[in-house]
Amino acid sequence: MDVVNQLRRQFVDYSTSLHREGILDDQFTQLQKLQDENSPDFVVEVASLFFEDCEKLINNMGRALEQQQGVDFKQVDASVHQLKGSSSSIGAMRVKNVCITFRSFCEAQNREGCLRCLQQVIHEFSLLKNKLQTLFRLEQQILTAGGSIPVIE
Amino acid sequence: MASNGGVTWRRTEEVHVLAVDDSLVDRKVIERLLRISSCKVTAVDSGLRALQFLGLDEEKSSNGLNDLKVDLIITDYCMPEMTGYELLKKVKESSAFREIPVVIMSSENVLARIDRCLEEGAEDFIVKPVKLSDVKRIKDYMTGEGEKERSSKGINKRKQRDSFDDLSSSPPSILSSPSPISSSSSSSPSPPSVQSASAPSSPSPLDSPTRRVKMASSK
Repeated sequence: MDVVNQLRRQFVDYSTSLHREGILDDQFTQLQKLQDENSPDFVVEVASLFFEDCEKLINNMGRALEQQQGVDFKQVDASVHQLKGSSSSIGAMRVKNVCITFRSFCEAQNREGCLRCLQQVIHEFSLLKNKLQTLFRLEQQILTAGGSIPVIE
Repeated sequence: MASNGGVTWRRTEEVHVLAVDDSLVDRKVIERLLRISSCKVTAVDSGLRALQFLGLDEEKSSNGLNDLKVDLIITDYCMPEMTGYELLKKVKESSAFREIPVVIMSSENVLARIDRCLEEGAEDFIVKPVKLSDVKRIKDYMTGEGEKERSSKGINKRKQRDSFDDLSSSPPSILSSPSPISSSSSSSPSPPSVQSASAPSSPSPLDSPTRRVKMASSK
């Protein structure tokens, strides 16, 4: 019982810190509320789709920005727009915010600025992925120990 | 069951929603939001597929099968090939499907875009990310509460498009229907003035799509 409480407290602390650091916003909490016994893995599933999507889009952006003949900024922007959308839908606030800046550089057709933003996107994405995987692991540990996942408002 | 092309007031049957979004993540989220709100969902990734689905549906319903009848279309605005706006137009231009309410979702909170969609006959405009309260609001006015309000708004908009100088021949009940949307269409200067057009018996300010826009922009 003590183990469960410890894990639950760890989960709450970790979750709170993710929100405090701006890595996750309220939309993530909204998604957690949609998870129930009918759809127990909903958040993990959405996160997985998001990670795949992210990687694909990052590759697209990288390739487009690498074009020696001239960068197609519309194409880069299209990918950034998509990433902004899905990061917003999952509550990945920092990723989303980088995308906003990224789009201005696309509009300005500023290749250097775009490349910097791409690096930031990659950084924020890796951070998010690691942290979420830690969070999901904690959830699993709680469930395995027979406890229930705390609901964070 | 009494049916006038798609608007069927169901108390006991589940609402069937056709969700259209090219983003896999968003499709998954909207699907869950709708299912948890007790709606049947068909999610497709493009406007073209949505039209195809409706086409199939029409064939089947002419055989008397209402299972796949679509009660609501909820679509993303920004999609490659066919935008949500273009899909909206196609639906509203078709005699078979114009009665189906269409809701537009967009990550961009642009008043001109919202106005354009509402003028074209969209029921509502949701600024992404979509939340449970958004889905609940839409479902509420589909299943009764705001049904009268919604259908009169819909007729009002169509009347404006079809016969602008024919208003005098419209039944009085429609003309006198208090509708913030119709009074603000095509010339909304700014959110505050649109909001003040709300009549007492119209849906509560929180339900008005333009109010939703204001809330979103004040975040």
